[in-house]
Amino acid sequence: MADNKRIDTATGTETVGHEWDGIEELDTPMPRWWLFMLYGTILFAIGYMIVYPAWPMVHGATKGLWGWTSHGQLQRETEAEQLRKAPIMHALATTPIERLTDNPRLQAAAIEGGRSAFKIYCVQCHGSGAAGAKGYPNLNDDDWLWGGDIKAIHQTLIHGVRYPDDKQGRLSQMPAFGRDGILKSDEIQDVVSYVRVISRQDRPNASARHGAALFAANCAACHGPEGKGNRTFGAPNLTDAIWLYGGDRATLTETVTNARYGIMPAWGQRLDPVTVKMLAVYIHALGGGEKLPPPAVTASADPVKPNVQP
Amino acid sequence: MSSPDDLTGPKQRLFEARRKVFPRKVDGTFRRLKWAIMAVTLTIYYATPWLRWNRGPYAPDQAVLVDLAHRRFYMFSIEIWPNEFYYVVGLLVMAAIGLFLVTSAVGRAWCGYACPQTVWTDLFVHVERFIEGDRNTQIRLDRAPWGPAKIAKRGTKFVVWLAIGAATGGAWIFYFADAPTLARAFVTGTAPYAAYATVGILTFTTVTLGGFLREQVCIYMCPWPRIQSAMMDESSLTVTYKDWRGEPRSHGLKRAQAQADATPSLVALAQGQKLGDCIDCNACVAVCPTGIDIREGAQIGCITCGLCIDACDEVMTRVDRPRGLIGYATEADMERARKGETPVPPIGRLLRPRTILYFLLWAGIGCGMLFVLGNRSHIGISVLQTRNPLWVRLSDGSIRNSYTLKVRNMEARPRSVEIRIDGVDGVVWDEEGNRATASRSVRLDVPADKVAKAQLFVAATAAGPQHGDLIFTVRALDREGESAVDDSYFERPEGAK
Repeated sequence: MADNKRIDTATGTETVGHEWDGIEELDTPMPRWWLFMLYGTILFAIGYMIVYPAWPMVHGATKGLWGWTSHGQLQRETEAEQLRKAPIMHALATTPIERLTDNPRLQAAAIEGGRSAFKIYCVQCHGSGAAGAKGYPNLNDDDWLWGGDIKAIHQTLIHGVRYPDDKQGRLSQMPAFGRDGILKSDEIQDVVSYVRVISRQDRPNASARHGAALFAANCAACHGPEGKGNRTFGAPNLTDAIWLYGGDRATLTETVTNARYGIMPAWGQRLDPVTVKMLAVYIHALGGGEKLPPPAVTASADPVKPNVQP
Repeated sequence: MSSPDDLTGPKQRLFEARRKVFPRKVDGTFRRLKWAIMAVTLTIYYATPWLRWNRGPYAPDQAVLVDLAHRRFYMFSIEIWPNEFYYVVGLLVMAAIGLFLVTSAVGRAWCGYACPQTVWTDLFVHVERFIEGDRNTQIRLDRAPWGPAKIAKRGTKFVVWLAIGAATGGAWIFYFADAPTLARAFVTGTAPYAAYATVGILTFTTVTLGGFLREQVCIYMCPWPRIQSAMMDESSLTVTYKDWRGEPRSHGLKRAQAQADATPSLVALAQGQKLGDCIDCNACVAVCPTGIDIREGAQIGCITCGLCIDACDEVMTRVDRPRGLIGYATEADMERARKGETPVPPIGRLLRPRTILYFLLWAGIGCGMLFVLGNRSHIGISVLQTRNPLWVRLSDGSIRNSYTLKVRNMEARPRSVEIRIDGVDGVVWDEEGNRATASRSVRLDVPADKVAKAQLFVAATAAGPQHGDLIFTVRALDREGESAVDDSYFERPEGAK
């Protein structure tokens, strides 16, 4: 079909030689400036290959006259971003943590900064939504082992929990009542029964009545006479609905027998102070953050005071 | 022109050099119409950004403003937010159907009179004529070797073109920022980089497209002529050479003698046949801004600007012939005229199913948009449930969910709003509040013409459906009391009682 080319009478232009039901297509010449634009793009491509990295070699590619690299561009952009953030980072560094919430802009910046730092350093244990896992506390709820006001959270973050390299860290140890032979196996079951009664999971029974005395003798020193915990020792409240390891009989038996020894690194040793501060503000804003106690009461505050924040 | 037998002739070329066009000056009805339209369109373009419109203390006072930084589009009393972009889509659909309507009724009127490419090219051509002289002088100048005089003329022309281009780009940026402020900043060199870049780019494109490329844009670049070829039918108006009246053409006497053997008109004259009205003076070709010969019939290069009508009428008057040898006519009318019938009156031509359908569609979309615009709510709420974690168990055993709320206040004044929850027997509080003092609703202050974002917590007993409906209602605490609703869910742990 393609050899049916002919010159169209009306336009004097050659046809492409195809014909569909009597309809033909003209092979209209392109304007010459269009051709020059094609040459222009070819010249541009040659110039581009000279000034930018282009030709693949055995080890990497040609460097290009302008020395552009994607790493270099990233570095420049990162530096520009850091310069942009410098004033707010300075403000974060100099403002005491308990005053940060007074400035909504500063607080918002700290929360966003904390959110991204959390995604890097904390999600491995606490989960991407900070909902925790067995043995790793949920940071969204209103139950805090070591205190949930902004200063307490900050303190926990800086020094960690039972972290061997930080002497100022949160430190406590529950005895392994079973393993160390403090309580016998049936006594442990009685204590577990009692704990399940005060946490309103079971109705009072004989075993629990036995356990009450054992609890008062062995556990109340840290967990309090009513089992409501003590934040000075990070002793959990045993009467609420939140369990770090689990509130069922088997898990409680395991906990009383072998004890638990959860560790969190001292982030003050690993991260810069501003990042730690931002993390504290972020965690405090997750929903369970508590207000700072009034300054006058702080000194004489009852350490066994249960968490009244519902 | 080649005949089908010319296959042995010179090889067809793949690329073609541009034929230079030097349109001659002409005066007449359509030229004056073009002047008027140019004046109106350019005035609208340059003056619009400087119109003021009072919107109160919280919104800009520029009548037409595309505020990209704050994502608002202002047009007199109308303010469009990005979430209402469908109004812009509606306007574009209306513009397209409007072009269909215009094309089916009066042909390529848009191309000939209102298209920016046409208007600016016209302006550039006039500048050129003012500096370099009319067609013949321009042709002479073009052929003349480069010398001081040619450099001076071409240089002056280019400088004026650049000035027009810069003014065009300069006016464009005022649509995107407060015009007086930006004008001051632009002159003092403190305007944003984007403003200078935009003016630079638009200066370049205006001078290139209006000064140099001109008809090449219409013939090669613009898709609209191709679409219009499909839109036009035998009842669409177009600039037409009335061949039944003009042919056979009579040449000038001298030229006729020189070509005595080859000229059919002289043969006809010898045979005593009637000659056509066209005297083949080429005035219609000389004035054409796209350099075509209208006598070859409707073609893609014809933008129907009507200047050949003016030129031909002038000549017809001079040779004492009836005007209108070239004129606006439909193909159907031409058929009738050839047979000696009277043409269809304009009303009958305009009112046909096709144009009526286009008009109804166009007006329907317009009225629909006006109705929706008049009835739209100036408050909005959108709720995003926190998905990670879906729920949090609190120490008393109840369940907490959290939500990110965005409340839109489209009024140009700050408003206090109340957000109420329904569907779950629980309480709601925000970042400031706490559960102890929480109730069924929270209050929020939304700044004027802004979206306020809030983190809300909702707590309810663990007893209930695992995936329950939760409805957020926002209500403005003012006289109008506008409200809006968004649905979400309240999630509980699996197997909760």
